[in-house]
Amino acid sequence: MQASSSPQEISTALPAILARHGHDGTRLMQILREAQEAEGWLSPALLTEIARAVGRPRAEVEGTAAFYSFFHTRPRGKYCVLWSDNITDRMLGNRELLKALCSKLWLEPGRLSEDGLVSVNTTSCTGMCDQGPAVLVNYRAITRMTMERVDAMAELIRNQVPLAEWPAEWFAVEDNVRRADILLSSRFEPGSALRAAVARASADGLVASNDRSVRESLPHGLVGPTALLDEIRLSNLRGRGGAGFSTRLKWEACRNAPLKEGQTRIVICNADEGEPGTFKDRVLLTSHADLVFEGMTVAAYAVGATRGFVYLRGEYRYLLEPLQEVLARRRAAGLLGRNILGIPGADFDIEVHLGAGAYICGEESALIESLEGKPGRPRIRPPFPVTHGYLEQPTIVNNVETFACAALIALKGGEWFATIGTRQSTGTKILSVSGDVERPGLYEYPFGVSVAEVLQDCGVTNCIQAVQVSGPSGVCIGQDELDRKIGFEDIPTAGALMVFDCTRDMFDVAHNFAHFFAHESCGFCTPCRVGTQIVARLMDKLASGHGSPYDINEMFKMHRLMQGASHCGLGNTACNPMIDTLTKFKPAYERRLKSLDFVPGFDLDAALSQARQMTGRDDAAAHLAGTD
Amino acid sequence: MNATTPPAKPKLRVATTSLAGCFGCHMSFLDIDERLLQLLELVEFDRSPITDIKHCGPCDLGIIEGGVCNAENVHVLREFRKNCKVLVALGACAVNGGLPAQRNHLDLRDILEAVYETEGGLAQGAHIPNDPELPLPLNKVHPIHEVVKVDYFLPGCPPPADAIWKFLTDLLAGRTPHLGHGLLHYD
Amino acid sequence: MSEQNSFLLDGEEIPFSPGQTVIQAAKAAGKYIPHLCWHPDFAPHGSCKLCTVKVNGRFGSACTTAATAGMNVDNRTPELDDKRRTLLQLLFVEGNHFCPSCEKSGNCLLQATAYDLGMMSPHFDHFFPDRPVDASHPDMLLDFNRCIMCALCVQASREVDGKNVFAMGGRGMRGRRVIVNSESGRLADTDFAATDRAANVCPVGVILKKRVGFAVPIGQRTYDKAPASIVEVVK
Repeated sequence: MQASSSPQEISTALPAILARHGHDGTRLMQILREAQEAEGWLSPALLTEIARAVGRPRAEVEGTAAFYSFFHTRPRGKYCVLWSDNITDRMLGNRELLKALCSKLWLEPGRLSEDGLVSVNTTSCTGMCDQGPAVLVNYRAITRMTMERVDAMAELIRNQVPLAEWPAEWFAVEDNVRRADILLSSRFEPGSALRAAVARASADGLVASNDRSVRESLPHGLVGPTALLDEIRLSNLRGRGGAGFSTRLKWEACRNAPLKEGQTRIVICNADEGEPGTFKDRVLLTSHADLVFEGMTVAAYAVGATRGFVYLRGEYRYLLEPLQEVLARRRAAGLLGRNILGIPGADFDIEVHLGAGAYICGEESALIESLEGKPGRPRIRPPFPVTHGYLEQPTIVNNVETFACAALIALKGGEWFATIGTRQSTGTKILSVSGDVERPGLYEYPFGVSVAEVLQDCGVTNCIQAVQVSGPSGVCIGQDELDRKIGFEDIPTAGALMVFDCTRDMFDVAHNFAHFFAHESCGFCTPCRVGTQIVARLMDKLASGHGSPYDINEMFKMHRLMQGASHCGLGNTACNPMIDTLTKFKPAYERRLKSLDFVPGFDLDAALSQARQMTGRDDAAAHLAGTD
Repeated sequence: MNATTPPAKPKLRVATTSLAGCFGCHMSFLDIDERLLQLLELVEFDRSPITDIKHCGPCDLGIIEGGVCNAENVHVLREFRKNCKVLVALGACAVNGGLPAQRNHLDLRDILEAVYETEGGLAQGAHIPNDPELPLPLNKVHPIHEVVKVDYFLPGCPPPADAIWKFLTDLLAGRTPHLGHGLLHYD
Repeated sequence: MSEQNSFLLDGEEIPFSPGQTVIQAAKAAGKYIPHLCWHPDFAPHGSCKLCTVKVNGRFGSACTTAATAGMNVDNRTPELDDKRRTLLQLLFVEGNHFCPSCEKSGNCLLQATAYDLGMMSPHFDHFFPDRPVDASHPDMLLDFNRCIMCALCVQASREVDGKNVFAMGGRGMRGRRVIVNSESGRLADTDFAATDRAANVCPVGVILKKRVGFAVPIGQRTYDKAPASIVEVVK
């Protein structure tokens, strides 16, 4: 249970935390999180102490603490309630529940209660779209909120019942696997893929392009790595995070990157899964963690890495201990650590690092910055992580699902994998389906499945208006496009499908996404930092009935600017939801337009409110009409 | 009408006003000095401090100095927008709120309270004026383009007379106004 | 020979030496690429995006793009200058940039660049943020109302002064723009000095020396004498 800190507590909890992390400044994210879990918030004195202990400038430490939504540099309530605010949560009524909770607790959203007991606010999608409305209470996930649970929660908070004593079923997170294929149905035996990889002899004529890394750093006497890379090549595996980069090219580039003195190669599993509407990695890590870890180990074997990280989004904090248990089991079984499978020099270990509420850390270079204890701002590229990644070392960053695929490829071979799916998109894809369907959850299909087929399996009762594929930064497809196919040939996706039936207002969808991007922009570059704000304000203006065609033109203008000039993908794609819905669902905007003339972006009459209050006037001249 | 002489080109009708400004831009306008006579060959003034006409009629050109800080500013600005084919924001305050907008980071209630009730040197029983004749101040000061559509902007505090002259002569000659180095200033 | 060590900038051949970025080579050749966060003495930051050019038809930052032989770079095209004007407008409305009351006026690269690109208005609705002014230091003033997040002060303090007085703060529009290296957050409680390189590197009016604000009268300042397009190439 987190309580607000007293000076004594700082002196007892912090030294142990710092010692556990070796006073290592690159582990700042973990130190800050654990310090906050112990002390309640990151007070100025605490930050000074941490900076001193890790030997980094205090301003840098504060900079990291200030960057992440889940770090609190101001006193936080004993109970911090954050409502997941994805559009799917809204469709399930989260706004009403939030309001109800606030009124029961006598507080305003976003404000700490006067007694310092509780704050209630919203947060970006917590990855529970199939079992929303979801909340985080002190960063622990609670699913399926109802009005009854809100009543009970208010009671528990008022009576200051420790979180550990709250009803256990509230914290239950379901897998909701509705259709399983090779990944979700695999009964994977830990170590089997590694053994297969090591046993695999180098196939004639398929030796991977370069054997330099074997000479340089791979355990002596191994021929398996090149053979394994050949299998990855045969499989035609492409990244599951959405971009679809060739896994073989990435791994080979890392493997071929020269190492400097004291360096190693690094394998990172991107479990930041922040794209609203996506929750497949949560299930893979809940029920198939061995498959994922084995995939990472296979990758380490292929590229010659000795260190591995799982960067787990802060929203999945509850998975930390279970994952650490799996890792411990694997170490005990000789599948991690030194001399893996008894092979001398085959050393590799994995640790789980938690993020702290920053969508941008799903971008691989921002993720690496975060792993180094810094704010998650995407790096200038080139150089790319495969040559200059974690602490300047050659690094591969792959999606959770990619590693799971890699383990199966190591086990069953690339040719087997390539028979599944389509030519350009081999294997299967796990889709996270939420919104207006009867059975939200995970659906795994061979690539090439059409959206319509998926919808049929999910159970659609009402007429479909649109499907948002790949989250806010993806693509919004309309009724007449449902025959489009999931795959790199048509719709590349990390796998989120949010379904909207004909009763939904597509403007509301885009409005929600606009605020998501404004909240999540890292602020590094001008076009994204300010542009996402301008767009969110334009959408607010339209939503409040002050819009004109002028504002719609402005949105297209911002799109043209941000798409080319932004530093990374966030800014480049941040206008997609507006442009897609403006193109496909324009009436949703038009019926909000106030007039065809220019309309101010603020309420003129409301702008006189303070003067009215202070003068006590309410005469005609003390009011202004919205327009002439 | 004499058929041999071409009809005189009708003069453009121009209105000017100052909202939340200091009239410095108007003073700078007058600083075009003898060129005013040239200008008067081409334009005639509607509502303006020069004519003392109280309400703006249909005009070709409206020139606004100052930002929008109270309800009356809104009414005047709307009157100009409704009547002027082309509306120009003249000077820093019209363009970005200028000096008056530097109150924008403060809460208006705190300002009113401080100025009329709590600051030293106030008469006994001083209170925030609430006479209906007085326009109420807006929570924030806004540049004019945040309240109506504006066609041209001529920044400066004030814009130099030469900039105003260049701007107007360009406009009257049918060119898109262009100020080069030295004439374009925000201060 | 020239083909191996040159690229085209708006159709003109620009020589470069290996390792130079597009903006470095352009400056050496006397060509102006508008910029704010780039400074010839420091590593490129790549955040302001004013130096966005088109390299072989694709957008990129001139300060972070390595010059390569034969590349075709568009710089002062109407399309790119239009984007730059919009970027400037975004910077003007997100902060509080009141030039008439800013002592940096005339020496400000943001202002001079906006003049050079003919920015006539901020166009967007202003954010009018509430940002702190730190006047605690005896010799220096920090006015974050004008911060454009170029991080030059961070780099200068770290790399030249060896002090780490500043770090970039917050995320997006939230939090402080720049974090000062003291528990109180006050500049007076750091080892910052007016002689620091970081005290003399701010391109806008955030980091100011006290008592000398108007030593050089308005009208006789850096960009009064010549526009940014000339000053920034010569300096």
